Amino acid sequence: MSPDFWGSIFDFSDYGQLLGLVRNSIIAGAVLGIVGGLVGVFVMQRDMAFAVHGISELSFAGAAAALLFGANVVAGSLVGSLLAATIIGVLGSRARDRNSIIGVLMPFGLGLGILFLALYPGRSGNRFGLLTGQILSVDVPQLGTLIGICLVVLVVLLVIWRPLVFDSIDPDVAIARGVPTRTLSIVFMIVLGLMVAVSVQIIGALLVLALLVTPAAAALRVSSSPVVVPLLAMLFGFVSAVGGILLAIGGSLPISPYVTTISFLIYLGCRIAGRIRGRTLRRRVVPAGVAA
Amino acid sequence: MLDIRQARLTLGGRDLWSGLDLAVAPGEFVAVLGANGSGQTSLLRAILGQLPLDSGEILLGGRPVRHGDREIGYIPQQRILPAGTALRGRDLVALGLDGHRWGIPWPSRAARDRVDEIIESIGATSYADLPIGVLSGGEQQRLRVGQALASNPSLLLCDEPLSSLDLQHQRGVAELIDTRLHDSGTAVVFVTHDINPVLDMVDTVLYLAGGRFTAGPPEEVLRTEVLSELYGTPVDVIHSGDRVFVAGVPEFSHHEGDAA
Repeated sequence: MSPDFWGSIFDFSDYGQLLGLVRNSIIAGAVLGIVGGLVGVFVMQRDMAFAVHGISELSFAGAAAALLFGANVVAGSLVGSLLAATIIGVLGSRARDRNSIIGVLMPFGLGLGILFLALYPGRSGNRFGLLTGQILSVDVPQLGTLIGICLVVLVVLLVIWRPLVFDSIDPDVAIARGVPTRTLSIVFMIVLGLMVAVSVQIIGALLVLALLVTPAAAALRVSSSPVVVPLLAMLFGFVSAVGGILLAIGGSLPISPYVTTISFLIYLGCRIAGRIRGRTLRRRVVPAGVAA
Repeated sequence: MLDIRQARLTLGGRDLWSGLDLAVAPGEFVAVLGANGSGQTSLLRAILGQLPLDSGEILLGGRPVRHGDREIGYIPQQRILPAGTALRGRDLVALGLDGHRWGIPWPSRAARDRVDEIIESIGATSYADLPIGVLSGGEQQRLRVGQALASNPSLLLCDEPLSSLDLQHQRGVAELIDTRLHDSGTAVVFVTHDINPVLDMVDTVLYLAGGRFTAGPPEEVLRTEVLSELYGTPVDVIHSGDRVFVAGVPEFSHHEGDAA
C-alpha cells in the first residue's frame, strides 16, 4: 500500500485546527448517534429495519428534489420521509402488507431521487452526499435544525415509551388493556420518519441502517434488560457516529465508511460476546422446563 | 357480574350468534366451546369492548363494557416471543401492572414488590430474571397469566391459552387460573377447543355452533343428543375415563380470524 492510500484514510496533521471547524458536526453526530440508537431499539422490536430503508429512499428523493428546485434540503428530506412513513404506517399495519408496500415505494423513491440529481446542474459533491453522507458540508443553521429534530424525537419517545414497548411485544394484550395501539404505531412511524430524515443528512440515504439498526441489534445480542439494551444502543450509536467523524476529518473521504465500519465492528464484538452469554443462559434454563 | 343479554353479532351478513344470554357470577368458570368460525374469539372481543354488538348488550358489574377496562384481564393465544426480545420475565408481568401508562417506567419499590408477589404466586421466581426469549412456551404462558392478573381483574378472559403447550404445562397453567378463581372470586371465560385440561374446573359450558348456542353445566351440554340438536346433524360425544371427546363436528366455511 502506498503512503498516499493510508494518508487519504487517516491523516491527523493539523488535527486540532480541524477539530475546531467541525465542532458542530461532532455535536450533531453525537445527538444523532444517541437518539438513533434509542429509536433503533424499537425498530428492532417492531421488526421494521426494512421500513427504515424504504423511508430513507423517499427521504433521499425529497432532498434531491429540494436540491434541484433550490429549496431547503433538510425540509425536502423531511417531506419525503414523513410522506413515506405515513403511507407505510397507514397502509401497512400487518407485517406482510408493510413489506410489500415498502418494496414498491423504495425503488420508486430511489428512481425519483436519481432523476432529480441527474437534472441538477450544481456540484457533483452535493449529489452523492445525499446517498453516502455529507455532514461536513451541512451548514450551522441546518445542523441546529437537525439537533432540534433529534430532541423532539427523544421527548416523544420518552413520553410514549411504556405503551410502545407493550404494543411492540404483545399488541393483542396491549389493545385489551386500552393502549391506543393504532395511534402509537402512526406516532412511531412519524418519529422514525423524522429520525431517518436527519440520518440521511449526516450519513446518507444508503447507510441509514448503520445508525438506526446496527447499534440496537448489537445491544440486543448482549442483553435483554429493558434498561441495559437502550443504554447500550445509545452508547454504540454515539461511539459509531462521533468516532466516525473524528477519524474522518483528517482524511479526504466521506465519514460514512468510518461510521459504518465502527458500528459493524461493535456488532461483531457483541455477537461474539452474545454467543458466550447464550451458552450460560441455556445452561441455567435447562432444568426449568421443556420447550412447548 | 358479567351479563350478556340478547347479544347478536353478525359477520359478513351471517349471524355469528344471536339471542345470546349468559350471566357469569364471581368465581364462575365458563368454558366457551365450538367449531372453528363459530365466533368464540369474537365473543371475547365483544366483551373487551373492541367489537360492537349488532343488538343486545354486555354489562360488567352493571355497566356496559368499555374498551380498555382495567377490571378485565386478558390472556391471548400462545405466541412465542422470539430470542431477540428486550424483556425479562419480570418485565412482561410488569407490563400488566403499568404498561398502559405514559412515560418511561421509573423503578419503584412498591411496583417491584407487587411484581415479585405476582411472580411468586405463579411459581415463576426461578426464571423471572431470565430473558423472555430463552423461556419455554409453558414458562412464557405462566408469565402471561401473571401479567393478566397483575391489575387484580374481576374477570379473566382466556383465548386458547393452553394451545401448543405440552400436557404438563397445560395442567399447570389451568391450575394457576383455577387457583385465582377460588382465591379472589375472579370469574373466568375460557375459550378452548379442548375442554379436557380444564374439565374438572368448569362450572358452565357455552357451546357455540353455526349461529346457535347452548349453555349449561358440562354434564348437561356435553351429551350426544344436545350437541346433535345444536349442530342439526348427528355428532357423537364420547366419554372415555374422565375425558370427553366430540366427534363428527361439521366444518363451517367461515373463519372468524379472517375478519376479526
